[in-house]
Amino acid sequence: MARRWGRDPDRGRPKTSVLVALVLACLTLITLDSRTSSPVDPVRRAVGEVFGPVEVATAAAVRPLTAVPEWFRSKDSLQRDVLDLQAENSDLRSQLATQDYNRNRLEEYDGLTAAARSIGYSLVPARVVGLGPSQSFSSTVTIDAGSDAGLHPDLTVVNNDGLVGRVLRVTRTTATVLLIVDADSVVGGRVGRSMDVGFVHGRGVLGRDGRLDLELVDGAAVPGKGDTVVTWGSEAAGPYVSGVPIGRVTSVFSSVRDSAQRAVIDPYVDFGALDLVGVVVPSGTDSDRAVIEADGRLR
Amino acid sequence: MSAARAGIAAVAVVVALVLQVSLFPHLAWDGIVPNLVLLVVVGAALTRGPQFAAVLGFAAGLALDLAPPADHVAGRWALALVVVGYVAGRVRRDARPTPGTVLATVAASSFVGTSVFALSGLLLQDPATGIPELLEIVLVGVLWDVLLTPLVLPPVLATFRHLEPDRSLA
Repeated sequence: MARRWGRDPDRGRPKTSVLVALVLACLTLITLDSRTSSPVDPVRRAVGEVFGPVEVATAAAVRPLTAVPEWFRSKDSLQRDVLDLQAENSDLRSQLATQDYNRNRLEEYDGLTAAARSIGYSLVPARVVGLGPSQSFSSTVTIDAGSDAGLHPDLTVVNNDGLVGRVLRVTRTTATVLLIVDADSVVGGRVGRSMDVGFVHGRGVLGRDGRLDLELVDGAAVPGKGDTVVTWGSEAAGPYVSGVPIGRVTSVFSSVRDSAQRAVIDPYVDFGALDLVGVVVPSGTDSDRAVIEADGRLR
Repeated sequence: MSAARAGIAAVAVVVALVLQVSLFPHLAWDGIVPNLVLLVVVGAALTRGPQFAAVLGFAAGLALDLAPPADHVAGRWALALVVVGYVAGRVRRDARPTPGTVLATVAASSFVGTSVFALSGLLLQDPATGIPELLEIVLVGVLWDVLLTPLVLPPVLATFRHLEPDRSLA
């Protein structure tokens, strides 16, 4: 190898056979990984086991640096006040956001079972340590909790503003989360005020104009502007638990082509600035860290 | 020498990948970050030529495809970076590249790389965004890469040049 490169450090054309082999290898890989049960998954997991801890360590190392600009913005006490107010604000907002939904739930009497079910969950706290680039056209993040923390694929991920996404795959120390703004993401949603159900699709755009599209199952139902959309939740408790706020309806339009109502949803979560998230796990899950129980206790 | 070179190249790719995933999202513009891995491949192409760069591009692309939080079909970044390694390697002259050449190569490589990735997504019917958003992402990516070139490429070029084996040993 050294001899070949040494004698002619690619001054002329590269060997055609090498290029052809590389391109064919890429195409084979793409074909293999396009199938539903991909043989690449174990490799992906193995690579994740190696890169996961490195990403966690790097994120921890750069965290103080990324906080530097905030020191200049305000003094410590002001900073703390702002944080407290923000927490209170988002708490109030989520209470307000789910008010309609909660009332309806009570009225429809299924509230009792739903509430009982939602009490049965706890949260595993985790931090975002890696974000997929927009150049890859998919919105996924790495979090620093994995199978050791009791995580497995298809768990709901939330933060204190609302729904973040779901767990795609886990390694021992990290997990990959598909954000709801990803173009591949479909979430069962329910308009809190009218209880109409539909599907919330991501648009694949992160950042400030990250929006979601809501398509209602009932073509005659029209969601109101400003209505809150929460998750609908499946019976098998996966991948999304019910009653998590997703976003607010900002505009409604009817599509002539498929005679359904579509609404644009502004998500509550700021996906450009994700940090602390919680993964919804069944109560009593074994974890390598403190788990937040449904009643707010740490365990 | 070859093993050392492969090792150094692998370390450069891993460092670039981890910084790209864990540090630069804090500075990202709408989630678009500089593609440091691509810069390493371009650096290899400018010093070592198309064949080494294509092989390195394949390995680096695989890492981009498989390391978390990647979720797209594996092999797409590998294909894109093989093309980048080849195209950037053909630019190489016997003389040392001038800063202007390096910047132009980076801009062209970044455009080609992200475009090949996006096109492979269209062919696989990956639900991608519309063409205007796609172009915006590609162009902002090019801008980022060009901005980062003065910081990243000099050390990368110096490292690879340092590793170039003595001709008399061949």
